[in-house]
Parts: sequence; C-alpha cells; structure tokens
Amino acid sequence: MAELTYRDAVARGIAQEMKRDKDVVFLGEDIAKAGGVFKATVGLYEQFGPLRVRDTPISEQAILGAAMGAAMTGLKPIAEIMFSDFIAVCFDYIANEFPKSRYMSNGQTKCPLVVRTGNGAGSRFGAQHSQSVENWCMMIPGLKVVAPSNPLDVVGLLAAAVRDPDPVIFFEHKSLYPTKGEVPDGEIVDTLGTAKIVQPGKDATICALALMVPRALEAAEKLKTEHGIDCEVVDVRSLVPLDTQTILGSVAKTNRLFTVEENPRLCGWGAEIVSIVADEAFYDLDGPPVRITTPHIPLPAADILEDMVLPNAARIAETVRRSLGN
Amino acid sequence: MSKRTAEIRTAAAGPNDDIGEAKRLELYRSQMRIRDAEQRAYDLFLQNLVKGTSHLSLGQEAIAAGFGCAMRPGDLSFCTYRGHAHTLARGVSVEKVLGELMQRDNGLMRGKGGSMHLASEEHGVMGSYAIIGAHLPIACGAAWRAQYRGDKDVSVCFFGDGTTNIGAFHEALNFAVVWKLPVIFVCENNLYMEYTPIGDVTAVPSPAGDRAAAYGLPKIVIDGNDADIVYREAIKALDKARSDGGPSLIECLTYRHSGHSRADPAKYRPEGELEKWKQRDPVKIYRERLKQFGISDRQIAEIDEAVRKEVDQATEACKAAPMPPTDILFTDVYADGGWAWRN
Repeated sequence: MAELTYRDAVARGIAQEMKRDKDVVFLGEDIAKAGGVFKATVGLYEQFGPLRVRDTPISEQAILGAAMGAAMTGLKPIAEIMFSDFIAVCFDYIANEFPKSRYMSNGQTKCPLVVRTGNGAGSRFGAQHSQSVENWCMMIPGLKVVAPSNPLDVVGLLAAAVRDPDPVIFFEHKSLYPTKGEVPDGEIVDTLGTAKIVQPGKDATICALALMVPRALEAAEKLKTEHGIDCEVVDVRSLVPLDTQTILGSVAKTNRLFTVEENPRLCGWGAEIVSIVADEAFYDLDGPPVRITTPHIPLPAADILEDMVLPNAARIAETVRRSLGN
Repeated sequence: MSKRTAEIRTAAAGPNDDIGEAKRLELYRSQMRIRDAEQRAYDLFLQNLVKGTSHLSLGQEAIAAGFGCAMRPGDLSFCTYRGHAHTLARGVSVEKVLGELMQRDNGLMRGKGGSMHLASEEHGVMGSYAIIGAHLPIACGAAWRAQYRGDKDVSVCFFGDGTTNIGAFHEALNFAVVWKLPVIFVCENNLYMEYTPIGDVTAVPSPAGDRAAAYGLPKIVIDGNDADIVYREAIKALDKARSDGGPSLIECLTYRHSGHSRADPAKYRPEGELEKWKQRDPVKIYRERLKQFGISDRQIAEIDEAVRKEVDQATEACKAAPMPPTDILFTDVYADGGWAWRN
C-alpha cells in the first residue's frame, strides 16, 4: 500500500497496462520526454522507450485519427488530449469516427482506444482551458465515458478502459492531480459502468463526479454535524455505461436526489439521471430532484469569480438543507 | 501532359514492357468492373432502387484500378464517400457493393452504412469516410501499427482535391513525415471540390502537388486517367513505404463524368469540358493501350462480357434480396454486440 497522488496514479495505471500488453502504445503532445504538461506521465518514456511513448505535433486531429487507425488494426492506443477543451478541435473523431465505425460497418471495425484528457476548473485558466466537457461525450452513442475522483479509481478505471474493446474517453480532473490517496500494491483493475457509494446515508442521495465528489463529501459532513442530515454520496464514476441501479437503489432508500455537476447547466449529465429517476422511481421521491451545477455561462479566469460559480461544499450543503426544509 | 506522353512512349516499347500482359488485363478488367458497376448504380438510382446519396467515380476509374492492381493482399485502403471504385478495386464483389447502395440485406454492411461508408476489412478496405479529411490521420495510425510491429503492409489513403483545404490533410501530412510512416496519400484531382472549381478556392495551382514541399515531400502530379502511369507511380510509392522510406503524396489529374453526387446535374461546368475529357476517358485510353500491346479485340470483348455478366447477376441478386431485418438496428453499437448504455 502506498500513498499516491492522482497525477502519479495516471502514470502508474498506464505503466501497469503497458507492462502487461505490448500492443498498448501512448501518444500525445509533450507526453514523452517532457512527462506531460501536468506531469502525469513522468517516467513512461524512460521505461517504455520512444516506440511506445511518442510525442506528437500540436495536431489533435492527427493524434485521435492515428489512435483510431492503430486501434482498428490491432494496437490499443492511449491518446492524450492535453486540455479537454481541445476536444472541440478534434470532435469529428469523438463524435463521428470512433463511436460509429463499428455500427456503420456492421460490426467489422474495432476501435479499442482510450483518450485521456485534463478536464475541469480550479486552475484559473479561463473559459477555454477550464471546462468540464464530459457531457459533450456522454451524448454520443458508441462511446464510453469515465471520470475518476481519486487515485485508486484512476489506476483501476484506466486499466479497465485500456482493456475495454470500445473507445473510452477518460476525464482526469486537473484540480485533483495533486490530491493523494491510498493505492494498494500490485495489479489493480476496476469495472467500467459501476458507481460507488462513497458515503452511506439515509436522508438524501447526492450524485457527484470527479472534483465534485470530495466537495459533496465535505458538504455531507457539514450537513451531518451542523444539521443532522445524513446524506448518501454516490460517486458516479462512469457516465457511459451508467450505473443506474446503484443510483435508483440509493434513491429508493433516501427518497431524495441531488446531483452536483461541474458542467454548465444545460444538458449536463445530472439532467439524464434526474430524468431516469423521475421516470422509473417517481414514487420513491419525497421531493423534487435538485441539480446543483455551474450556471450556464462561460468560465471566468479570476479566482474570485471562478469560485463563485463552481458548486462548492457550502452551496451544496445549503441547497440540500433548504430543500429538505431543515 | 508531357509526362504522360513520355510514359506512353516507354510503355509502347513492346517486349520490354515493364507492366506485362497479365497485369494489363487485370488493370483493364478492374477499370471495366468499376465503370459498369458505377453506370449500373446510376441506372438503379434512376429506377429509385439506389436509396440515399451516391458519389460515382465514372471517369476516375484508372486511379482506383492502378492502385488496386499494385497493392498486395494485406495492404490497406482508406476511401472517401466516393469510394465504390476503391472498394471494388480491392476485389469486393459487385453484388456486395450494389446491395449496400440499394440498402439490402445482401449489402456489405446490410444497409447499416450506405453508399458513403463501404468497408470490407477482409479485403483490406478499412472503411469509406464521409467527413472530408477524417481518414488521412486514420491511415497514419494504421501505418504506425505497421511500423511499430514491423508488418510490411502499406496504408493507401484516397481523397479528392477539396480535401487539401481542410486541416486534417495538413496535420496528417506533417505527422506522417515526422513519424516516417508507410502511408501513401492519393489525391484525385477531378477539378471540382464539389460544385466549385478547385482553382477558385485554392492558393496554388496543384492542390496537393504544390503543398508537398511544405512537408518535405517531392511534388508528384501525374495523369490519373492513364492506368499504366498510376500503376507505376503506385508501385514506386509502395516500394518506398515498404522499405521504410516514409510517406508519399501523389496528385492524380482526372475528371468525373457525372455530378458530385446523385443530386448534381453538374450544370456549373463550362460547355465542351466534359466532351473534351471524354476524349481522355481512362477506359478508352486503356482499350487503345491494350491494342498497342497486341491484345486482340476478342480478348477485350471477353473481359467486357465477363464484367457485364457479373454486374447483371449482381443486379438481379440485389433486386431479389430482402431488405435488412429490423433486429440489426440495435446491434454492434458496442463491442459486446449490443447498444446498452446503462444497467
């Protein structure tokens, strides 16, 4: 058992899979010799060499296209898109190519690849380097979408993503890179499509993802100690496949649902969860489901402004408290 | 044209012919298969039996045939939405192609892909891509795999002149050169991006050839209506790629006899242009070539007849084929064969 940062967990997960399978290759901008701009891939170039860990030009379309061509013909590439905002410049591959080739070819074309990308706010980078864009990917049939909240899940879900035969978009949260957690020694492989109850409770279900998980946990702690409200926090982890059973099971127990989303409000992943719960568990609910999101605005750069718009523990706790009428 | 003339002179040298009778007959047969299948696709469209859109390669057959006859089994083709020709050129049956155009159950993808997405991996046809430029980086990736594993196959990526103005073209070219990948980029310059002349929207006269220098590649612009010239250039580029010499960019000058897509009557073309290019019809050029090399009219007629028979039989089979069953709607979204996105 070792304490690892989220950032070191990324390198550990990639190394674990590259050691296991020679078909796993890794490409992206500044990922090799420089060890990644977020230092999440330090040591991989030295360990696996220039044929398997390759620096690319600033060419996001070439990166994702090359990953797809390699995946179609037998490799298992991991591609890095440095900031998830840049998915917009190579969205053709995410939206049109990876997820549709198998279907269009009537099952002929394989696309087993992973796109890792730095997602989310907190670094004060402004509207084009801070977005949470997991919902851009969630809406596309044929993709899988994962966003871990802690170092152990990074290793396990990354391994599961690499071993998965479908294209997986793997959202790493930039503000979580320095956070630490216990990671056992040895091989770790998790399961895609599984949510985790990270804090059991009986009064309300709070579904959160990535950076919003520690904030939801902090809010739950506050609600318990200050107001005696016992919240169950669900780390959604995987948006596609979506573990609706865990969420529906939690709502059946607590009878209230809150989602905490970093993405701007419209079409955020929480809307889908609320819709499923309203549709399938309406009579389990004792009150309206509530979505706690970033407002529908571009993200500002200034720390004081950015902090105002991202859901934080105080806002989550206050929203839950008021909603429960305490 | 001077290059073409020179090549023809070389070719006419007779017994020392570098291509040989067997390959020439293969080149002719391949062009005729494409010609007849495309013409049939057009006829079936007029009968409302080809659904959706279709983009024909009538007049451009020599390029697909030239490369198809030069490529080895195992080499990979990446095509565009104008990809019937390149798919047929790798040996996919006319029935499978027409079946897909007619969106029948006997089609290559049982109607799930349609005319713009023909794929037959068993023939090395790694898909037809309908988003301009998307497949150039994908071909790079397949070539990267060959390089990484030491496989000796080459990826050949076909695209139109319009593609040279999209970002992915430039990203792929630079990437392929920097990584020295065994990939060949084949630009079919048919003079029109869709409805607009390529010259009206491109900074240089040769949309691919004049960009080559920016990526450290030689400018190669050839007559794309002469299958011999295409074949020779293909062999050169394939050998180069196979011997770790890196990528090539080849611009083939040609002309499409039909409109951009089935909805396009091509009225934007100046009067007489089509007629002029029909004088340089690749099939016509090649029939004359065969005769120069002593192939008899009877041999040519036999090939024509065999091709016609294949296309006729394919047409009948497609007309008789059922529509796809609706249960395939929900298959192959994910690798487990299904479409489940939740539990």
